Amino acid sequence: MTATQLHAQLPPQLMTTPPLLTVSGVNRRFGDVVALHDVSARVYPGEVLGIVGESGSGKSTLLRMMNLEDTPDSGDYRLALPGVTGNLFELDRFARRMLCARHIGIVYQNPHLGLLMKNSSSGNVAERLLIAGERSFATLRSKARVALEASEFPLARMDAPPIELSGGMQQRVQLAKAIALEPALLLLDEPTTGLDVSVQALVLDTLKRLQRDRAITMVIVSHDLGVIRTMADRVMVMRRGRVVEEGLADQIFQDPQHEYTQALVHAKL
Amino acid sequence: MSLATLTKPWAAFSYGFLDASAKRELRRKMLKAIAVPGCQMPYASREVPMARGWGTGGLQVTLTLLKPTSRVKVIDQGADDSVNAASIRKFLHRVSGATETWDTLDATIIQSRHRVPEERLRDDQILVLQVPNPEPLRPVEPNMSTARQMHADADYGRLWLVLYEQIVRSGRVMQGAAYPSLVNGRHVMTPSPIPRWDVPKLNMARHLTFLSAGREKRLYAVPPFTRVEPLAFSDVPYKVEDHGNLTCSRSGVTGFFMNEIPQEDGSAVHELSDSHLGIKAIRRAEGEAAPIGATWYQNGEFRA
Ligand SMILES: Nc1ncnc2c1ncn2[C@@H]1O[C@H](COP(=O)(O)OP(=O)(O)OP(=O)(O)O)[C@@H](O)[C@H]1O
Ligand SMILES: [Mg+2]
Repeated sequence: MTATQLHAQLPPQLMTTPPLLTVSGVNRRFGDVVALHDVSARVYPGEVLGIVGESGSGKSTLLRMMNLEDTPDSGDYRLALPGVTGNLFELDRFARRMLCARHIGIVYQNPHLGLLMKNSSSGNVAERLLIAGERSFATLRSKARVALEASEFPLARMDAPPIELSGGMQQRVQLAKAIALEPALLLLDEPTTGLDVSVQALVLDTLKRLQRDRAITMVIVSHDLGVIRTMADRVMVMRRGRVVEEGLADQIFQDPQHEYTQALVHAKL
Repeated sequence: MSLATLTKPWAAFSYGFLDASAKRELRRKMLKAIAVPGCQMPYASREVPMARGWGTGGLQVTLTLLKPTSRVKVIDQGADDSVNAASIRKFLHRVSGATETWDTLDATIIQSRHRVPEERLRDDQILVLQVPNPEPLRPVEPNMSTARQMHADADYGRLWLVLYEQIVRSGRVMQGAAYPSLVNGRHVMTPSPIPRWDVPKLNMARHLTFLSAGREKRLYAVPPFTRVEPLAFSDVPYKVEDHGNLTCSRSGVTGFFMNEIPQEDGSAVHELSDSHLGIKAIRRAEGEAAPIGATWYQNGEFRA
């Protein structure tokens, strides 16, 4: 079943707005490994799309594509934003960097990927603003503080380097950095994996509140169905680089169709 | 077999020491550097009778520019009479017939390491700065090919971040010499180990400046009338060293960049860092005719 057929099977949509994010027909191979096979996805404004799947199913690869860090062998990527047109995979490096800085925020599972560990936490947030051209120290300072506060980071430690912080706090710095420029799209790759359960719950709380307050469009990747259940409006299930099932979160969790999804959901329950 | 058969027959050195092809390559790179202000141009650094790290980059540029009518001044730490400055100047004279001079007003080519002279340079003068580390991104990006890509993208966020961190940690910008500066609104360069005091002298200057690093094999230029803006936040102004009201203990001159000379009793006196300006001031005080040109700073204040 191709992803296009999947879309056709979706229940009638109440949403009349066009999707904010559309990827279609994305293929990506690493040597013999097919990381993504004809993957398509849409995310509507203000919506949270959850992506679940076993390890190696291509979730992170897809997210990296959405953050324009990697280009597929073939595929099309569009964002419905003012001034953004055409297939984004065809942009040159400079245009990509500007687009990502301005419109997309990302939180990685591994904070080392997203943070400069030896700079201050507020500096990590400020770097985003600096790339966007902010040149007033006072503004940098206050905007970094606002972003850190919004991600519920303890402000007393805003100038401590991430390397000295706990895992949960590091994720909050990443989050603050990701939302500092108020992006249209927030990408989260296993944002709470590796945190202990209580910290995980707190970080999820923050994410939920942010989503509610700012109506940010999110794509969240996790192999933890609990996380997806808490966060996502719609769920996409991936296996071996393919989308095997897609639907509203309740539908996927209550009435999974594909046998792989059934196994996944039942293992969880 | 005699020694004579093993050695090459005697031949004179090329004019200006470097052979013609070396000079042609350097000239081409110098023209490129002028065409893209502040952008580092790689070049094939040649052997000169001096160890790398002692100003071979500057020396090669100077050798390429020299002609018999040139008048050449060489400064090391602001002084014309240091061993290094004196030997380079003598060498330049020997291989080109150019006249040696100490006087900024008299020179057509000035090779320097740490200082830009205090007297304003004219449009018929060329300043050649010796640079140890030409890459301003090195402290934030050790991978040189990534750094080149960052220059291509004008991706200087990390340099700004360094300034941000310094202000957060110490309340002020700690960067002393080699202060990163944006040239012509496009490329960030490191202006050699000149103090912050000297950076404004490069902005919209009438003279041409070459900066060359022999070990790193890169040269770049600031053409006349080109903007050179030290990176600074809009609300944390760029500050030069606090030397405006120091007085030179030998010449009595005030308002210029000074060297600090520690005394035996633990105190310190100051001495004009531009040594020949000091000499001229002393001569004038003794009633000799020693013309002093217009200076960039007056009473410790920079005049654009
Ligand atoms: N840069 C790369 N070079 C080679 N193979 C890669 C590369 N990136 C990903 N892969 C391969 O592509 C496949 C998908 O990887 P991906 O990281 O997207 O999986 P994932 O779903 O995020 O898994 P996990 O849950 O373990 O994070 C894997 O088989 C992986 O080995
Ligand atoms: Mg992954």
